[in-house]
Formats: sequence, structure tokens, C-alpha cells
Amino acid sequence: MSNSSILVIDDEVQIRKLLEITLSSNNFNVTEAIDGKSGLLTAANHPPDLIILDLGLPDIDGQNVLKNLREWYLNPIIVLSVRNSELDIITALDNGANDYLVKPFRTGELLARIRTALRLSQSFTTSAVFEFENIKIDFANHLVKKNDEIVKLTTTEFSLLGLLVKNEGRVLTHSFILKEIWGVSYVEQTQYLRVFIAQLRKKIEDNPNQPKFIKTESRIGYRFIS
Amino acid sequence: MTIFYKIKSKPSQYFVSVISIIITSFICYIISDYLGYKSIALVLLLIVSLLAIVFDFASVLIAAILSALIWDYFFIPPHYTLHVDTTEDALMLIMYFIIALVNGVLTTKIRKIEKITQLKEEKLKSIKLYNTLLDSISHELRTPISSIYGSTDNLLNNQKNLTEENKVNLITEIHKASERLNRLVGNLLNISRLESGNIKIKKDWCNVNELISVVISSLEQELKKHKVEILIDEQFPLLKLDYGLIEQVVINIIYNASIYTAENTTIKCEIKIENYNFIILISDNGCGISEDEIGKIFDKFYRIKRTSTNGNGLGLSIAKGFIEAHNGKIKAFNNELKGLSFEIRIPLISNEIMNLNTIKNEQ
Repeated sequence: MSNSSILVIDDEVQIRKLLEITLSSNNFNVTEAIDGKSGLLTAANHPPDLIILDLGLPDIDGQNVLKNLREWYLNPIIVLSVRNSELDIITALDNGANDYLVKPFRTGELLARIRTALRLSQSFTTSAVFEFENIKIDFANHLVKKNDEIVKLTTTEFSLLGLLVKNEGRVLTHSFILKEIWGVSYVEQTQYLRVFIAQLRKKIEDNPNQPKFIKTESRIGYRFIS
Repeated sequence: MTIFYKIKSKPSQYFVSVISIIITSFICYIISDYLGYKSIALVLLLIVSLLAIVFDFASVLIAAILSALIWDYFFIPPHYTLHVDTTEDALMLIMYFIIALVNGVLTTKIRKIEKITQLKEEKLKSIKLYNTLLDSISHELRTPISSIYGSTDNLLNNQKNLTEENKVNLITEIHKASERLNRLVGNLLNISRLESGNIKIKKDWCNVNELISVVISSLEQELKKHKVEILIDEQFPLLKLDYGLIEQVVINIIYNASIYTAENTTIKCEIKIENYNFIILISDNGCGISEDEIGKIFDKFYRIKRTSTNGNGLGLSIAKGFIEAHNGKIKAFNNELKGLSFEIRIPLISNEIMNLNTIKNEQ
């Protein structure tokens, strides 16, 4: 995992410097681009293992750079921006960002997100059984065990858990989850999501009020972390 | 007169002018045996002057012309004709008309001047407010900047004399200062959103249990040295609220409690529904605040006097604005534990409350 290459697309020299120091001291190879155009060019010439993208670029809006990249680039993209409105975050996630971090950010948090994104992109596990801590999910047999005891999940709860687990580390927006689990006509029916997330947490989390696995991303959605 | 002030539309102004002249003339006509026609001119002039105080020039002009004609036709001998016999009467008629008009012009002018003075005063007031605001903002900005500047200067130029421990202390100060700056920027953005009326509340189903635990975990660092007690029913219904705004309100109040109370004190957060009112009660057992300060703590940039902390005097006014955007109310009071309590009360309608069982049964 060390020596993965990361391309930083950001027009602010201070941020690039900070990222360069942080990332290279953690054994990443860092290349930098100062605007959207050169970012796209660098990414095309030397496709990196991961891209860190700013949204407020001087030439092309970051959201468009993101869309453009996603036409061919499959590795993780983490958006790192000062924009923190629901709309910006959800748009970026819909445009194919794996993750979104608002500036100012904790470098520890950024490194953790980078590592998760890289790990998940490199291990295409489509195995039928998924295990984390005291939980075991058997997708083939629709079975969930906690501490070796069977947890009774309804069909909807199981699909919800499955969706979250298969997108580990990624923020899934409310509307995305509703569409995937309940169908297009339920995109606005957030009440279902609220209730089923709560039920699922009660069944698999040790402390449903301080969840370890199913994290709430306020205003945006949910993220599964194992 | 206050009733007339409300008549803003032109047609109704004309109507009222004409009616008042006609009624007055009618009354004068009835008592014209006891009143000379010259006195009647004065009565009519009085009515025109009164109209001039409240109405536009056009209505006054209409009243002036109408009353002049009526006076001439009904009261100046020979009656029931516009013909005027004596030169004196003709002169009086012309003078009547001129005085009525001058009246109208003068009052319109006076009103214009009043308006301009009022605007000037308002402008001066807003400039003063703006300056106090700028003063407060630059103070709030300069404090953390000084801390960053001083610490980094020390680290860059005084490395040899600093112990490892002091280096870490300085770096911690820089870290704290930048957090403070970031909070200030967030608060300023929220304040400007509120001031510009740019808050669009977006109600959606919220699991309040979830909201509260998100708030508590986001304040984990700040609450390390406090006890936190949450009182909420596990089956608390879903409510239609603006998640982001309510989250910010609860964060601001609990954050305040954490910085204004001593270590090991308890912050209690009680959530309930009473008669379609969503109630959040946040109490601490710190030392409360003086009664005369309670009314001021929601004011922008107001900070209670006894302590110097990281507060920037914006958190509570933002909380108040966000709660008011929900048509709710927020109040502070000293509680029986001698600490401070905040009570938030948001009115809801029946289809903004959903019992969890409703959904379980559906699926």
C-alpha cells in the first residue's frame, strides 16, 4: 500500500504544500496540479492511484473536472473543499467522488480516508461472506451473526446492511439508499431510512447511540466502516 | 387620523377627499342660516388643510377645486350659480383656491423633509451598527491571529531556547487558534445568512435520537471533562425539522455549556413532546448568570462578563435565529441546580410527528 501515487489538484499553494508534506511523509508519491486543465492532463498521462480534488479551481469548476475524470478514471477520488453545503457535497458524491472532506481538515482524518479508499479499490472482494469484528454476514444464505448468534433481520434490513457493507467507506446519500432499497418513487420518503437505520443499529451495534459501524454523515447520508 | 394614514392607494384617497368635502359642505348647507358664507369658506379650508396633512398633493388639489366650486355654487350669493357678484367675493374665491393649494404644497414639502431626515438618521444608525460589528469581528479575528503569529514567530526564531514541552504547548495554541478562527467563520456565515433573510428551512424527517448522538460525538473533545446526561425516549417519534439547523442549535448550546462550566459538572439534555411542541431542555449545574445578563445573551457579540473563554458571542444569536426560523422560541433561565438552562420550544402540526410503529407496521 505504501508508495501509492496521489495527484493533488488544488490552486492554493499553501494547501498543496501542506498536502505534499503530509502525504510524502506518509510514504505516498505526490504529484501536483494547479488547475483543472493541468489536473486532467496529468491524470491522463500518469494515472495516479488516487486523486485529491479541490472544487474551487480557477479555470474549470471542480464538479466538472470530477465528471470529466469519471468518464474514464476508476480509482478513488477524494474531494477536499471549503464548500460545505449539502448541495455541493451531494452533487460531488453523485458525480462520482468516493469521499468528501471539508477544509479545514484533520490530516489524520484525511490519511484515514485515503487509506480506506485505496484499500477498498484494491480489494475487489465479492466474496459471499463478510466478517468484521464480532459480526459475520453471509450474503449467499442471507444470514447475519453477531458474536456467533444469529441476528434476525427483515429482508429490507438485510438489503440495507448489504448495500452499506458493499460500499464500505463510501458516503451513501439518503436519496441513493432510498432509490436502491425502496425504489425510485421512495426517494423523498426519508422516514423509512431513518427508522430502518435505527433498527439495524439496534441489532448490530453494541451501542446504537454511539454507532461504530453505521456512521451518520449529517444532512448527507450514511457511511459504513468496519 | 391614524385611520387615514393607512389609506395608501390613490383612488381611495381621492374618494375620501371628495366624500369629506361633500359631507362638510352638506352640514354647512344645513346650518348656513346661522353661519355667514365667509365662515363656511374657513370651515372648508380647514378640511382641505386636514386632508393635506395625510394625503398626496393630487387628492388635495381635487379637494381644493371641488370645495372652491361648491363654495361658489351653493354659498356665495347669488346661490345655485357659479356667477360671482362682487369683486370682493371674486377676490376671496381666488384667494381661497390659492390658500388651499399652498396648504397642500407646504405639507407635502414638510413630509418630504421629514422622510429625508428619517432616512438620514436610519443610515447613521446602520453605519454605527456596522462599525460596532466590524470592531467586534476584527477583535475576534485578531485574537487567534495574534496567538498564531506569536507562537509561530517563537517557534521559528527562538527554537534554541524552547524546551520540547513548550514547543508542544505553542503548537497546541496554534491549533486551538485555528479551530477558533474556523468556528468564527462558520458563525459569521450563519449570521449573515440569518441577517439577509437567506435561511430557507428544509424540513425533513429526523430521528432526534440519532441527531443528539451525532451532536454528542461531534463534541467529544469538548465534553471530555464533563458528564453528559441524555434523557430521551428510545421510541421517540420522527419529527419534521431542518436537521442541519437543529443540529447546529444543539451543538452551539452544548458547546457553550462545555466552555462556560467547570470540569466535572453535568450537562443534561432532555428531549420531549408536549401538546405538539417539540421541547429541548439543556441544563448545566455550573454557576448560572446574573438576571440582568439573561436578556442579553442572545444578542450578537454579547459575551457574559465573568469569564474569558473561546466564545465569540455569536453561537446563541445563531441558535435563536434558527429556532425562530422554525417558528419556535428559545429562552434561558437560571435553574434549581444554580446553573443555566435553555429551553427550546418548536410548535409542530400533527403530520410532522410520526410514531416509529407506523412504519414498522407498513413493512
